[in-house]
Amino acid sequence: MTTLDATTATGPRPPTSKQRRAATRKQGWARRAPLLPALIFAIIVTQLPFLLTIFYSLQSWNLVRPGSQEFVGLANYVAVFTDSTFRTAALNTVLITAGCVVIAMLLGIGLAMLLDRPFRGRGVVRTLLITPFLIMPVAGALLWETTIFHPLFGLLNFVLSPFGVDSVAWVSQFPMASIIVALVWQWTPFMMLLVLAGLQSQAKDQLEASATDGATAWQTFRLITIPHLRRYIELGLLLGSIYVVNTFDTIYMMTQGGPGTDTTNLPFYLYQRAFLGFDVGQAAALGVVVVAGTIIVATVALRMIFRTFGREEA
Amino acid sequence: MSTAGSPRYPRRRARTAALLTATTLLAGCAGAGDLAGGDGRTRLTVAIVSNPQMQDAIALSPRFEEEFPDVDLEFVSLAENEARAKITASVATGGGEYDVVMVSNYETKMWAENGWLTNLQPSIDASPEYDHDDFIPTVRESLSYQDDMYSVPFYGESSFLAYRADLFEEAGLEMPARPTWHEIAEFAEILKAPEEGRVGICLRGLAGWGENLAPLNSVINTFGGRWYDEEWNAQLTSPEVREAVQFYVDLVREHGQPGAATSGYSDCITRYSQGQAAMWYDASAMVASVENPADSLIVGESGYAPAPVVDTDTSGWLFTWALAIPETSEHKDLAWEFVSWMTDKDYQRMVGEEFGWPRVPPGARESTYEIPEYAAEAEAYAEPTLNALASADELDPSVSPVPYEGVQFLRIPEFQDLGTRVGQQISAAIAGSVTVDEALEQAQRYAETVGQTYQK
Repeated sequence: MTTLDATTATGPRPPTSKQRRAATRKQGWARRAPLLPALIFAIIVTQLPFLLTIFYSLQSWNLVRPGSQEFVGLANYVAVFTDSTFRTAALNTVLITAGCVVIAMLLGIGLAMLLDRPFRGRGVVRTLLITPFLIMPVAGALLWETTIFHPLFGLLNFVLSPFGVDSVAWVSQFPMASIIVALVWQWTPFMMLLVLAGLQSQAKDQLEASATDGATAWQTFRLITIPHLRRYIELGLLLGSIYVVNTFDTIYMMTQGGPGTDTTNLPFYLYQRAFLGFDVGQAAALGVVVVAGTIIVATVALRMIFRTFGREEA
Repeated sequence: MSTAGSPRYPRRRARTAALLTATTLLAGCAGAGDLAGGDGRTRLTVAIVSNPQMQDAIALSPRFEEEFPDVDLEFVSLAENEARAKITASVATGGGEYDVVMVSNYETKMWAENGWLTNLQPSIDASPEYDHDDFIPTVRESLSYQDDMYSVPFYGESSFLAYRADLFEEAGLEMPARPTWHEIAEFAEILKAPEEGRVGICLRGLAGWGENLAPLNSVINTFGGRWYDEEWNAQLTSPEVREAVQFYVDLVREHGQPGAATSGYSDCITRYSQGQAAMWYDASAMVASVENPADSLIVGESGYAPAPVVDTDTSGWLFTWALAIPETSEHKDLAWEFVSWMTDKDYQRMVGEEFGWPRVPPGARESTYEIPEYAAEAEAYAEPTLNALASADELDPSVSPVPYEGVQFLRIPEFQDLGTRVGQQISAAIAGSVTVDEALEQAQRYAETVGQTYQK
């Protein structure tokens, strides 16, 4: 920039638009530079493996067959989409996620309403209610399978035995219900905490006003509390869905995806193809399809989150 | 770690010493330098399936450590599916965690061909007292690649039909010397007694290449069906396979156990041993439970007939758990010492004297059946087992020629995955959620995908 050197000598002048742009660009980089290492790191650890996965998904390659690696184009994707087990797994994923999140949310709202009012021992009760969320999922699933659902030694059959129910093999007869129950138990505290936070931020004067106007408790709940809780509930449903979609440990511990493929969800099916079948190509293709699906769902979900918060601020 | 019978502290000190000298040892450990080096301790890691007979071997392993005081055995014992996945992943990627692995006749030949397993033939030939001619020929052949053994059998099994001789007599029926499947279906219809809680026949329905596909595949073979023709075109929708699968599904739905879709080998053990089934077609290893007074209400009531047939002479399968040494092991000589100790004639005597003769691992050595105590104990089933093992035909399982080997599996690497997925479809057909035709259409698509990779 020789012109610049010349002008600066004759005293300050208003900067040209070019200079202004350069300055803002410089400022922009000054702001971005500290973030660059993190960005590069994130790209290396997430995007490179993903590109590799896409590369593998175009190959036919079985790990236990040396020399079987060859380019097959989109054949793996065709195989994924014509695979009835894939459809079953996708359906099961939706069923497990929706069932778990909705039921956990309803229970969470109920428990949060109860915890919202002061009573003796509230702290203890709250701690106890949060506990399932703190137990490791694997340990939780093992507990459900062996100490509660077990046909011979399970507590459930023991409790139900006076009513003529015993030796029911819950996990193998009602696999989906068993999985969802265990997951609901695990996720209810999460929902409860979110809703409780919402309840405690409620304006007390509104509640007093509605009581003064002679509204019943139900009317107050329906017309004031629920609209207020709406975004907390939405947040809980979305975050819960994002987590529960990826459920693997509970299924692995309790049913191994069985009987047949009744409780196989997408993550577990992927695991089977990759680590029990050693079919790298098809597992990679399945992974790419699952990621694409998740991205679509997550984008919609995140949009909804931002929209609700946007509305609140407006 | 099984350190039974030795005081702890000296051993612990020794292990510390081993850690300190480990670096110097690493250089001298490969090959025959194992026993050299006065304080050189070697750790052998053994990956093993946690079936009862293998548990017995773990319990007896301190005796091996007495013979080889410089060796520490470490067992990684897992259930069949997990063990398979772990061992396969380790061996296929050359992980080298294990000095000894338990494999079956499904893996041995393929892995030997890939160069993943150590050729055991030189070691076998070098120890005449090990007597490898004593192995049952079909079993030995199934573990050999180019006439060299790459794993040695711990126990072997075939399949046969167990039936309640007392019920047959009551009904005035007689089991033919070589029953056909259609006869079995008739017997099942006659012998089922819902009012007594008894089904005609127990057959596996639980999905898995090692579960429902084992009996089903032997049925497919004897009906003249095959997975692939010689050009690797999938044949799962061919009339023969369709007929076989339809027969199997109908039989188990009409005269089989309730909840058959989720009922596997262990469930059939329970049902048959509790007298809730008149017949059961399955692995010859069943006798350990069926004839064991602790587990079974019907000890001594059973007869054993060869695997039922339709168009082939025999249809019994062949399966063996065997021990192999991965090529990556750094202690091959010591690993062989352990492998030969666990598959030796003396070991069988040791188990018999220690735990009782029914717990001797069967079906690997002919001499097992010549031990007088075992022969007395196993009178009812020794001969059927031996005959079934001797007549299993891995090379020519079906009526038409096939491009693969194996009776109840296909010896191709993809079969673990393919078989399990086909098994899931069959399981769904048994449950009634899809028709046999729908299940086979889907199975055919899976099989085509695999078959295409062989059509070069």
